[in-house]
Amino acid sequence: MIGNVFMDNLWLAVVMPFIGFILIGVFYRARWHKLSALTAIAAVGVSTVIGWASAINYFFGGYLGQTMELKKFQWLQFSANLAASFGVLVDDISMVLVVVVTTISLSVHIYSVAYMGGDPGFRRYFAFLNLFTFSMLGLVVSVSIVQIFVFWELVGLSSFLLIGFYYTKPSAVAACKKAFIVTRFADFGFLIGLFLLGYFACGFDFIYLTSNDTIQKLASQHVPIIGVDILTLSALLIFAGAAGKSAMFPLHVWLPDAMEGPTPVSALIHAATMVVAGVYLVARMFPLYCHSEFALNTVMCIGAFTSLFAAIIALTQFDIKRVLAYSTLSQIGYMMLALGVASEENTSGFSASIFHLTTHACFKALLFLGAGSVIHALETNDLRKMGGLAGYMPWTHWTFLIACLTIAGVPPLSGFFSKDAILMAAFGSGHYLVFGVALATAGLTAFYMFRIYFMAFQGNLNNESAHPHESPILMRLVLVVLAILSAISGFLPFQRLVHRGEIFHEHGLLIPVVSVLVSGCGIITAWVFYGLGLPIADRFAYAFGPIYKWAFNKFYIDDLYYIVTHKIIFRYICSPFNWFDRNCVDGLMDLIAKAILLSGEWTRKTVVGKISVYLLWSVLGVILIILGLVSWSYLGLSIEKGLTAIAVVALVFVFVWQLILNLLNRSEPLKKIDRD
Amino acid sequence: MNIPIGHYLIFSAIIFVLGIYGLLTRRNMIALLISIELVLNAAAFNFAVFHCFMHGGDPAGTVFTLIIIAIAAAEAATLLAIAVVITKQRRELDTEKLASLKN
Repeated sequence: MIGNVFMDNLWLAVVMPFIGFILIGVFYRARWHKLSALTAIAAVGVSTVIGWASAINYFFGGYLGQTMELKKFQWLQFSANLAASFGVLVDDISMVLVVVVTTISLSVHIYSVAYMGGDPGFRRYFAFLNLFTFSMLGLVVSVSIVQIFVFWELVGLSSFLLIGFYYTKPSAVAACKKAFIVTRFADFGFLIGLFLLGYFACGFDFIYLTSNDTIQKLASQHVPIIGVDILTLSALLIFAGAAGKSAMFPLHVWLPDAMEGPTPVSALIHAATMVVAGVYLVARMFPLYCHSEFALNTVMCIGAFTSLFAAIIALTQFDIKRVLAYSTLSQIGYMMLALGVASEENTSGFSASIFHLTTHACFKALLFLGAGSVIHALETNDLRKMGGLAGYMPWTHWTFLIACLTIAGVPPLSGFFSKDAILMAAFGSGHYLVFGVALATAGLTAFYMFRIYFMAFQGNLNNESAHPHESPILMRLVLVVLAILSAISGFLPFQRLVHRGEIFHEHGLLIPVVSVLVSGCGIITAWVFYGLGLPIADRFAYAFGPIYKWAFNKFYIDDLYYIVTHKIIFRYICSPFNWFDRNCVDGLMDLIAKAILLSGEWTRKTVVGKISVYLLWSVLGVILIILGLVSWSYLGLSIEKGLTAIAVVALVFVFVWQLILNLLNRSEPLKKIDRD
Repeated sequence: MNIPIGHYLIFSAIIFVLGIYGLLTRRNMIALLISIELVLNAAAFNFAVFHCFMHGGDPAGTVFTLIIIAIAAAEAATLLAIAVVITKQRRELDTEKLASLKN
C-alpha cells in the first residue's frame, strides 16, 4: 500500500521543516529572499503531502481506531523502569492535528510570500515559520509526555520569536516577553504535573499513562496533606500548562498582545495551531481526565467562562486583530468546554472538541488572513478607519464573509456542524448552565463577527488618505482555498473518525434550530447596529456605560496583573531580594575579591627584584622554621601540626612585616614594576 | 681527637652565617662571590665533619665535600669571568647599579 509508506515515514514530515529551518537560518544569506521562501514552502509542502497521505491512509485504509507508535526510541533513561522516549504516535487525534497543522502552515507560508514581500527580515521570518511548523508537528505526534513538553517549549520559543519579529517596536518586544513569561509560568505547572506522573506512574508514554491500570494506580494514591489523589492533582497541573498555552482565563492576557506579530503569524500560531495545543494536550490525556471528575469539571468551567468572557470583550474592541484574538479565546474556550462535558460514558464532547478544533483552524486562519489582507491594503488595524471595503477588495470581502458566516454557525458551513456538535454534547451531558453559556456565546460570536464585517466592508470608507487595493494573487489564492475548506470541512463524518468509546447521537432538530436562530439574531442585531449606518451602537454603549467601559478595558485583568506584578510582587518581594542580591551576595563576593586584591598588593611589594631581599626572606623563614620545630619538639606536639602552625605563623609574619613596610612607606620598588 | 663535634658545628655555623650576612649586606660583586664561597665552604666543612664522626673511614661522605669544592670552583670561575666582562664594559661592580638587566 502506498499510504503505508507515507505513514512509516511520517517522521519525515516532522523533520523536513527543521531541515528547512537549518538551511534558511544557518546557510542562506539574508538577501536570498526567493530561495528562502521556496525552501520553506518546499519543506512544508513535503510535510503536507506526507501528512495528508498518512491521514487518508489512517482514516480510510483500515487503521481506524488503532494507536501505533512508530520509530520509537528511548531518549532518556532515568532509572531501570522510567524512561522518556521519542517517536511518532499515530492515532486519530494526532492524524487530524497533523493535517490541520501542515495545511494551515502551508497556506500561511504561501500567503506570507506576498504579505511579507520586501521586508528586510524575510529570511528570518521563513526560518522561524519553519521552526514553528517543525515544533508543532513534533508536538502533535509525541509518544511521551516528555516529548510533548520539549516540543511544547519549542512552539513557545518560536511563538516568542515571531511575536517579537518586529523587534525594533517596543510594543512587540513587550508582547513577546509577556507571551513567553505567561506561558512559561503555566508550563511550570505542566512540568510539576509531568514529574508527578513520572514519579507515581513510573512511565511517561501516553499509551502507558492512559491505560486503565495506570489510572487506577494513580487514583488510589493520595497526596499526604491536601488529600487529593495524584490523578486529579496531576491532571489539574497539566491543565494549568494547557490553559497557559491555550490562553484560558486567567492566563489569557498574552494572546491579545501577541497580535503584535505579523498577521500571518497570528493566523498560524495564535489562532489555528499553537493555541489549540492545550486542547490537544487535554484530549491526549483524556482518559486521565475522564477518571477525575473534579479535573474535568475544572476544564469545563474554565472553558465555558473563557468563551463567554472573551466574547463579551470582543464586542467592544476596535482593533480588528484584537477582536479576532478574543474570538480565538472564546472558540478555544468552546473546545475546552466540549472536552469538559465529555465523560467516560458519553464521549461525544471529545470528538466535538476535535471537530471544532479542525474547523476553527480553517475559518479562523481565513479570518486572520482576510484581516491581514485588509491591513495590507489599509495599513491600519483600527476598525473605525475602515468601511466600504467590499467595493475595493471583492475577493477578500467574499472570503471574509464566508468565514464570518462559518464562525457564526450558519448551515451548511463547517462552523455550524462543529458548534452544533459541541452544543449537543453540552446539552446531552446534562450541564444545562454550560449549555446556556455556550448558546449565549454563539449568539455573541455571530454578533461581533458581523460587527467587524459591517464596520470593515460595508458603509463608507472613513479614511480619506487610504487607497485600498485588492491583495496580490498569492494571498487571494490562499484565501479562496481556505474559504473552500471552511465551507466544506463540516461534511466530514467526524464523529465516526475521531471518538473515544461510544457516542450517543441526538438527532433532535431542536438544538440546531435554536443555535441557528441565536446566530441569526446575532447577525441581524449586528446589521441593525452597524449595517444601517445609524448611531445605535454608540447609544447602547452609552446606555451600558460602566459595563461597556469595563468590557472595553478587558475587565481590567491586564491592570490587575500589572498591579499584582509591579506594585506587589516587584516592590515587596523582588526589590528586597534584589537588594539582598546586590548587597549581600554580591557584597560577599566583592569582599573576597577585594581581600585578595589587597593581599596581592601587599605581597607584591615583597617582590622588589633584589636577590639580597629574597635571600633575607628565605633566611628569616628558615630561622622561623627551625625555631618552631625546636620549640614544638619541646612541647611534644606532632611534627605535622607543628609545620602547619609554622606556616601560619610565617604567613602572619610576612603580612605583618609587609604592613610595617607599607606603613613606613618603603614601597618604592613597586614603582619600577608599575612602570612597565 | 679531643675536640667534640659541637665545636666543629658551631665553627661551620659561624662561617655560614658570616657568608649569609655578607650576601645580605654587600653590594660589590666580588664581595658577594666571597660570601658565597664562605657559605659553600661551611657546608663542605659540615660534610667532612659528619663524615669523620659518623662513618669513620667510609669514603662516601667525602665525595660530597669534593663535589662542593668542584662546584664552588666552577662557580667562582664563571662569576669572575662575568665580573671581568662587566668591569670592562661598565667600570663598576655595584650590583645595585648593575640592575639594568632587570625588567
